[in-house]
Order: sequence, then C-alpha cells, then structure tokens
Amino acid sequence: MNRILPILTILLAILAFWYAAAIWMNAPWQNTLNGRADLTDVPFLTFAQQTWGQDKPVLPAPHQVFAEIWNATMGLEFTSRRSLALHAWITLSATLLGFVFGTALGVGLAVAIIHNDASDRSLMPWIIASQTIPILAVAPMVVVGLGAVGVTGLVPKALISMYLSFFPVVVGMVKGLRSPERIQLDLMRTYDANPWQVFWKLRWPSALPFLFASMKVGIAISLIGAVVAELSNAAGGGLGVRLLTGSYNGQTVQIWAALFIAAGLAAVLVAIVGMAERAVNAPNGVRA
Amino acid sequence: MSVTTTTSTTGTGAALAVVQAQNLGLTFPTADGDVVALSDVNLTIEKGDFVSFIGPSGCGKTTFLRTIADLEQPTSGTLRINGQTPENARKDRAYGYVFQAPALYPWRTIEKNVALPLEIMGHSQAQQTERIKRTLDLVNLSGFEKKYPWQLSGGMQQRASIARALAFDADLLLMDEPFGALDEIVRDHLNSELLKLWDRTKKTICFVTHSIPEAVYLSTKIVVMSPRPGRVTDVIESNLPRERPLDIRETPEFLAIAARVRDGLRAGHSYEEVV
Repeated sequence: MNRILPILTILLAILAFWYAAAIWMNAPWQNTLNGRADLTDVPFLTFAQQTWGQDKPVLPAPHQVFAEIWNATMGLEFTSRRSLALHAWITLSATLLGFVFGTALGVGLAVAIIHNDASDRSLMPWIIASQTIPILAVAPMVVVGLGAVGVTGLVPKALISMYLSFFPVVVGMVKGLRSPERIQLDLMRTYDANPWQVFWKLRWPSALPFLFASMKVGIAISLIGAVVAELSNAAGGGLGVRLLTGSYNGQTVQIWAALFIAAGLAAVLVAIVGMAERAVNAPNGVRA
Repeated sequence: MSVTTTTSTTGTGAALAVVQAQNLGLTFPTADGDVVALSDVNLTIEKGDFVSFIGPSGCGKTTFLRTIADLEQPTSGTLRINGQTPENARKDRAYGYVFQAPALYPWRTIEKNVALPLEIMGHSQAQQTERIKRTLDLVNLSGFEKKYPWQLSGGMQQRASIARALAFDADLLLMDEPFGALDEIVRDHLNSELLKLWDRTKKTICFVTHSIPEAVYLSTKIVVMSPRPGRVTDVIESNLPRERPLDIRETPEFLAIAARVRDGLRAGHSYEEVV
C-alpha cells in the first residue's frame, strides 16, 4: 500500500493534467465547430466533453487513445491491415531479430578488440563514427537500397535495429571483458591457463553484468531502429507505418495509440532482459 | 653473517635446490630512467624451507617472488626452480601462488573457487571433489563449501585462497603478504595455522612480509632485503624449534633473531626516509 499510493497519485495527476491540456489544445477547433452550428453559451462541462470527443483532436483524451488501442487490437482480426496487434508484431519481430544480430555483432567486435591491439585501434574510431550519423538519414538508404536488390521485409529493418543496438553492447563488453583485475589475470597465468580458459572462466563471467546493462539499452534502441526503418517502407506495415499514415491523415488518435503500444513494448522488452539478468545472476551468487 | 653462498652445481643431483638464484638482476625501464628492482641476488632455497622475505616497500621482495613465479622476467643472472627455468616450472604447475588479496571469483562458491585450478589443469570430477575436501579441511573451512566469498570474513577468504593454491599439490607455495590486510588477532591465528599446515604438508614456502615478528615466528630462514637498488642484505638461519607456540615470541631466542633482522634492515638503510 505504501508503494501503490504514491504511484497512483502521480498517475492521477498525469491524467488530470492530460484532460486539462486536451480541453485547452482542442478548444480553438471546438469553438469553430460550435460557431458553425450556431451554438452559443455552451456550459463549461458540456464544452469539456466536446473537446474530449473530437474526431481528429490536436491532443486526444486518454480514454480516446485507450479505446483506440482496445478496438485496434482486441476488436479486429489479427490479420487485418488495421490491427495494431499485427503492426506491433511486425515491429517486434524486426526489433528482436535486429537485437539478436546487434548483440552478436557487439560481443564479437568486443572480443576482437580486447584480444588484438590492432583491431582496438582500427575498429573503435569507426564504431564511434557509425553512431554519429543520423539514423533518419541512413535508414531510407538501407531500406530502399536493399529493396532495389530484392531484399525486403524483415531483414532491412532488422539491419537498422542492429546498427543501433550493437553500439552499447560493444562499448559495454569491451569494458566488461577488460574488467578482471591484474591479480586475477596473474592468477590464471600461474595456472598456465590457455587463452580459451582465461576467456570462459574469467573474462566472460566478469563481463556478464556489463552485457546485461548494455542489452537493456540495446533492446530499447532496437525498437526505435525498427520504427524508423518502417517509415521508409509504408507497404511493409509496423508501428512506424501506423505513425506515418496517422500523421498523413491527421489521425492523432491513431498516432497516440501506436506511440503507446511502442512505449509499452519497449518497457516489456527491457523488463524481459532484466528478468533474464536475474535468472543468470541467481545461481552465480551475485548480491541483489 | 651467514650469507648463503651458492655453489655452481645446478641441474642435477638428489639434493636439488627448490629455488636457486645466481647474480639475479631485474631492471624496469620507466619514463624517469631505469629502476633497479633486483640487483645481484644470490639465494638457495632447499626443500622444506620456510623462507620469509622482509624489507621496506621497494626492496624487491615481491618482485623476487613474482620472478620465481615467471610473472616478471629477470634481466640478468640465472634463476632455477627445481632445476628448471621459471617458465617451464610454471608450465609444470610447480608452485601455488597466494596473492596479497584473496582474488576469489565472486560468482563462484568457495568449493568452485578451489576447483578453478583443478578445472584448468584437467582433473577429473572425482579428483576435484576429493582434493577440494582435503584442502578445505587443511585450512579449516569445512562446512563453507557452498558459501560465496562475500559471505565470508577477510581471514576466511584468504584461507580459501590458500586452499586454492594448495589444491593441485604443488610442492612450492609462494605467498605475497597474504595476511597484510588482516588485523593482528586474525593474523596471529592464521600464522599459527600456517605453521601447522607447513608441518603437515612438508611444503617449501616463500613468504613475503614486512612484519618482523611474523617473519621470525614463521621462518626457518629470513631473507632481509633493502631498497635502491633492491638487494639481499642478510640471510638469517633461524634456530627456533619447528614446534612454535604463539608465546615463543617472548623468548630470548626469538628476540635475538628479531634484533638481528632489525640490524640487517638498518644496515641496508631501510629505516632512512626517502627524500
């Protein structure tokens, strides 16, 4: 109860603010509508309800967004082109594939970097430079370019997700794989351990906490990568396409519904990585 | 002064020295010029010796231990471990090394930490189980097999790290200030435990310390070292009996040896402040 009360209070405050903002932001258009219909002296409560029930409001009210989410997921067949569940699934599959690619690439690069001084110096500047390029500029080139050679669908989007998500993994894993202290490496040397044993018995377990921290960042930006990639291929579907068509048609409720689904998806994915982390740590005796 | 002189017999013979250093030198190149960590060290350590290395910081005692372990490379002279080069001795797993910090792996239980060298050296599961039990008994840690390092006190952690060094039955134990970070009460206790362990296992022990009572209490031979350049100034053979209760430290014999260690340190200008 001690924890629920503050959370509930904040939630209520946000909702109250949201409804108030909806009145304020939708008022001009509502005044125009009421003017056309020759409605005057509308009582405030009626006016407020009107602003919360517009077709294409500037700011949809919370209940409109959640009704849209409900109708577009539970109210439709999964295979429908308008089903948010379908679009969420399309985005999720690209996110997950890209995340798996990105994590594998990040770990691979980190292993190469810590074992080879030349790759450390030659790769790291490129890896950092890769993240300074705006993804909004790269994504269309990759999606359209690959589309031209016949690669469409999941893979181009997953590549954008990978492009974003490998970076935190490589940075975290380089740090993690280098985290064993000198004394621990010396100890392995006194046992005449081979590099393979040093890696699996010392470096890898030392790096695991870093890996999970990186993966939490990585999976969230994987989702962003997938959504951005979808903006360049409207035929492919996905939450990005829902955002795009919503903004073309002024369907603000649709935009907000897609945004909420994307945010919820990201939260769930990060939570799943967190659960995986606890599952891996539990038998390793790491203090909570 | 009974400075041990080494004969030139190396390599063969039944009375093979465990450690034999001749004119050993080690110079670290640094940005400010060369630092002479070890200069002209001559020393023979026989099987079953308990040798303490004592001296102030920078006298090269840890460097000498690391050189024996092939963790540092000498720049002059020769060093033989069981008649072999340090590298071959290391590859033979000729020694167990106990560091200043326990360096236990936090993600492994105590028994899994002790198992680490056994896994690396390819011992069978049955051998591992047997050796873990035996060595944990030896350091009085039975019953703590399933605990994680953070659940143990500092003294117990260091005992676990000694068990880890003993697990693969190397005849030589190299210990670099293993009890330096512990309080005096725990240290006294572990010192007498270590003596019993040495007596039972008949191992050769090289022990780095900068505590004079610790060195005199433990050793059959005390190597006094001095800094700038790191060198051996005196080697003292102790005539104390092997059986040493803690209160032996009040006897005149004990105090006489301690006084000689102190003289050796003074002769090497170890008590002078560095400017």
